[in-house]
Amino acid sequence: MILRILKSREALLIAVIAALLALIASRFPAFIEPTNLVNVLTDTSPLIILALGQAIVILTRCIDLSVAANLALVGMVCAMLNVAVPGLPIPLIILIALGLGAILGAFNGILVWKLGIPPIVVTLGTLTIYRGLIFVISDGAWVNAHEMSASFTGFPRAEILGLPILAWLAILASIAFLIIIARTPLGRAFYAVGGNPHAAVYTGINVGKTQFWAFVLSGTLAGLTGYLWVARYSVAYVDIARGFELEVVAACVIGGIAIAGGAGSILGAILGALFLGIIKNALPVVGISPFWQLAISGAAIVIAVAFNARAGRAKGRVILKRAEAEALT
Amino acid sequence: MNETVRSIPDRLENPALKAFKSWETLLLAVAIAIFITNSFLSPYFLNAWNLSDATFNFTEKAMIAFAMALLIVAGEIDLSVASIIALASTAMGWSLQFDPSVVTLVLIGLGTGLLCGAFNGALVTGLGLPSIVVTIGTMSLFRGISYIVLGDQGYRGYPSEFSFFGQGYVWWVISFEFALFAALAVIYYVLLHRTNFGRTVYAIGNNPTGALFSGIRVARVKFILFLLTGLMAGVAAVCLTARLGSTRPTIALGWELEIVTMVVLGGVNILGGSGSIPGVVIAAFVMGLVTFGLGLLNVPGIVMSIFIGALLIGVIALPRLWAMRRG
Repeated sequence: MILRILKSREALLIAVIAALLALIASRFPAFIEPTNLVNVLTDTSPLIILALGQAIVILTRCIDLSVAANLALVGMVCAMLNVAVPGLPIPLIILIALGLGAILGAFNGILVWKLGIPPIVVTLGTLTIYRGLIFVISDGAWVNAHEMSASFTGFPRAEILGLPILAWLAILASIAFLIIIARTPLGRAFYAVGGNPHAAVYTGINVGKTQFWAFVLSGTLAGLTGYLWVARYSVAYVDIARGFELEVVAACVIGGIAIAGGAGSILGAILGALFLGIIKNALPVVGISPFWQLAISGAAIVIAVAFNARAGRAKGRVILKRAEAEALT
Repeated sequence: MNETVRSIPDRLENPALKAFKSWETLLLAVAIAIFITNSFLSPYFLNAWNLSDATFNFTEKAMIAFAMALLIVAGEIDLSVASIIALASTAMGWSLQFDPSVVTLVLIGLGTGLLCGAFNGALVTGLGLPSIVVTIGTMSLFRGISYIVLGDQGYRGYPSEFSFFGQGYVWWVISFEFALFAALAVIYYVLLHRTNFGRTVYAIGNNPTGALFSGIRVARVKFILFLLTGLMAGVAAVCLTARLGSTRPTIALGWELEIVTMVVLGGVNILGGSGSIPGVVIAAFVMGLVTFGLGLLNVPGIVMSIFIGALLIGVIALPRLWAMRRG
């Protein structure tokens, strides 16, 4: 049992993250001071929140490439609402963000569930549609800090017990998803659908509907992040978070979520996001140009997916050894 | 597979063949309808030089779409093509400091494309990894390398003879790019529909395990297809760089989506196993005519992208909705 935990992806990731922090701290001790670590956590919070939703989508053998566009569209709507009605209470804005995100996610989910269109095609399509809609509603204009109300931009930065609300929300969402996955029928259904869709049908699980709910959850989290993102950076425009969906997928793949579905853990996805977040924050400290970021996450995806395939293959029980060996070539 | 296969090279079954034929005819009708609508909507549309300019909207993308069509028929996908363009263009720009000849420049572009294709192919076939994730990874990796090399800078100062590949004309209004597009269309048509290799591509897409047990070297064919896709991205990089006369890390950003849309619009099944090159050619014209027409009507590019995204989903959704209503 202990050996199994030690050999798990999560333990490996924790070790890698600890080694990474130790390596950075050996040259730049200020990096691991509590205040800076809080900064890193806060900075990584949007990635963690999105990775939670993406992890569930990937578990069900789907992929959601529209999360960043969803985030940007919801963010723009929130910002424009705030400009139009400055007195709107923050809880209401958050509710609107959650609801709108859920609707955008449900649109993906309906297309996958009812029409059986491959998720990659659906979300590549909605990715451009959502981005385009931002331009349509905003006319290409920016919403800047001075147009937003103080309470709107202040909310994610307000601190409770030394941690900004943004970080608290990431922690709360993480705990909620750990419970959903481990303790609810829906959570187990995500694994069943991804692990073996045919068997899932025979146990009474509606495969399409489960995938639909995964997209709704992913969209809801993207909507929430949309408001948080725009409020934190105090700016909304067409291109915010462009390409961020790849970082989210990278976090999941690094965290050991198998792209073929059915295997991986929420904790892994969280650790994957933290790993990327630490690298992103450490680059400028160590003196590497931020332009390296894209190539590093790309390389991390490729290495992690190669690693996942190796790890997954060794565990499989081989019945027809020769035939399987040939089929894999 | 019996001898009827020879007389109907596009599909294995007769009813499917009919449906597919009608798809191409439908697409052609759509293309003609768009052409006529455009010529009524804008007085500038029916002009030989304007139409010639319009072909630049799709020629480079279509070159990649041909190879991508084969790859998707075989059940794989390459989302890194636009990033390969960026990397190949960056490699050509980087080599400018050594004052290369035009031939060397072209070879560097094509070679980079081939290398990137080989990298994707090796990961997918060698390690047996899913191509969607691998190419999402290499999509960031290849463009990431461009960013590392270029940062927020760019390369300019390509030799003037080099611009022929993007701006030159072969005869009257026929640009070099359009001639190359037409030649490649014929080559890929022959490759997919008239050769043994093309048959194996369909076989792999329909049933990889069956193909393997029929003596087809599945991994090798897939590797070749990734190489071809990389090479075509290299060709497109040469044309695009020559046309723009400069290289930036954001070059061809988001093209992978338009190329996949073009292939799917052309009737290629996204799950593999069926599709044709004539379909992709007509789809290229449809997309080119639409973007050109919308451009003449002053519709901004990002709004056109809504249209392309809707097209991608609609093209797959409509036949399924139709089938659901009948069945």
